[in-house]
Amino acid sequence: MTQTIRTSVAGPSGSRRLFAARDSSLAAHLERFGPMPGDFDEGHLIAEVEGSGLAGRGGAGFPAWRKLMAASTASAAIASATSSPAARRLAKAGGPVVIANGAEGEPLSRKDETLLRAAPHLVLDGLLLAAATVRATEVFVYTTAASLPSVSKAIGERGDAAHVRLFQAPETFLSGEATAVVNAIGGGAAIPRDHIARMTSHGPSVGGLRGRPTLVQNVETLAHLALIARFGATWFRSIGRDGETGTRLVSVSGDVPSPLVFETEAGAPLSDTLLAAGVVPDQLRAVLVGGYHGAWVPSGELRRPLSRDSLAPFGAAPGAGILMALGTERCGLEASAEIATYLAGQSAKQCGPCANGLPRLADVLRRLAAREQTPWLPAEVERLALLVQGRGSCHHPDGTSRLVLSTLTVFAADVAQHLQGRCEVHA
Amino acid sequence: MPGGTLHIDWTLCDGRGLCTELLPELLDRDEWGYPLAVNGARDARSDVLVPAALTADARQAVALCPRAALRLLPPT
Repeated sequence: MTQTIRTSVAGPSGSRRLFAARDSSLAAHLERFGPMPGDFDEGHLIAEVEGSGLAGRGGAGFPAWRKLMAASTASAAIASATSSPAARRLAKAGGPVVIANGAEGEPLSRKDETLLRAAPHLVLDGLLLAAATVRATEVFVYTTAASLPSVSKAIGERGDAAHVRLFQAPETFLSGEATAVVNAIGGGAAIPRDHIARMTSHGPSVGGLRGRPTLVQNVETLAHLALIARFGATWFRSIGRDGETGTRLVSVSGDVPSPLVFETEAGAPLSDTLLAAGVVPDQLRAVLVGGYHGAWVPSGELRRPLSRDSLAPFGAAPGAGILMALGTERCGLEASAEIATYLAGQSAKQCGPCANGLPRLADVLRRLAAREQTPWLPAEVERLALLVQGRGSCHHPDGTSRLVLSTLTVFAADVAQHLQGRCEVHA
Repeated sequence: MPGGTLHIDWTLCDGRGLCTELLPELLDRDEWGYPLAVNGARDARSDVLVPAALTADARQAVALCPRAALRLLPPT
């Protein structure tokens, strides 16, 4: 596990890894990282990714190696199974599919777009390595219109990616949800669908593209994979704190001088990243961690690392690396009500509890934010937030519920003020 | 003794409520008429644990759901 696969160049030192090349060209990419390992053992690569501790960077933080392993196992089963009619049907459906997901529907996230512009070759390397590992017969990059030109330019610069197909993702909040990605590429709308089986698996209830084992990985995850394949798990883990490994991209927005994307050491304190973005943590009221489906961390707790362990008490997680700063002059309830209203509007309206519950939830939260002096409002917000949990075919109701419940907890003192017609922020 | 799990496909369900009549021990209705698991963790609200004694009722709910939104999955 500690042996590197093949390196002709030393891995970048420090926390500038994904952005280590001098520009986005293939020449700069090769000069900085060396060529992509061409001849490697799939099992060894999966073991290396496992050893690296790489967690998916799309939001859910699922261990990258496990998805690779599941898709690889399903692929091997299809290749070898010719006996049963079910296996033959699957084989006929086609080989495995790998999709690089750069849809980034979350309005506060800019990291995938930034990465595809600055280091498209790392993403393509990771995609091709993942495709080779699972013996994929179809390979896609799914991303927004803004990012397609950089990807297409990069594909044109190299000879090994001509088969990679580009697919434009619509700019909606849910377009990057894994089942929505598969739906869209399959010719449907970019909305989530009901699923029982994991999409990487095969069997009677396969959820992947046209019944094929389908691996959907975030573009940043793939870029890290490209580096792990070159420099190994030990190199990857040489930085990272508080149980997190490697680096991660962080999008900082909200009450900051200007929104920025950083590459930081994974598990670095929130305050370090905020300072780097030009904000003094003490001058903030709170930070929304994890985006619109995330949770608030109050200003007194911003020295905590951006790690699963340290953020768990707040219901937050590193997720896709999103920090939205809320200045002291801004009301947390108003900000949350705005977000809840947006999220209610972004429901795909396929599932009753979400289609009905989210607008109601947003409405009651808005009344609380507007300082309507109705004593039952907070309890009703909480009831509705708990009512929608776990009752949808995707996690949109769960994420919305998380944000709203976190609002009630972190801004509890202000909730009491609002019920008196006052506000901690507005006079 | 679990008899499997009842999976609700929320994209198909439109809250007709037949399942809640056949399985009142497991399912209540929310204010919009959609099934709401009475017991169990919030992450078991789309895959509702069915005790063996209720398997027959669960099968009937699956068969009679006008939207074909239910599936009975074997115990894992």
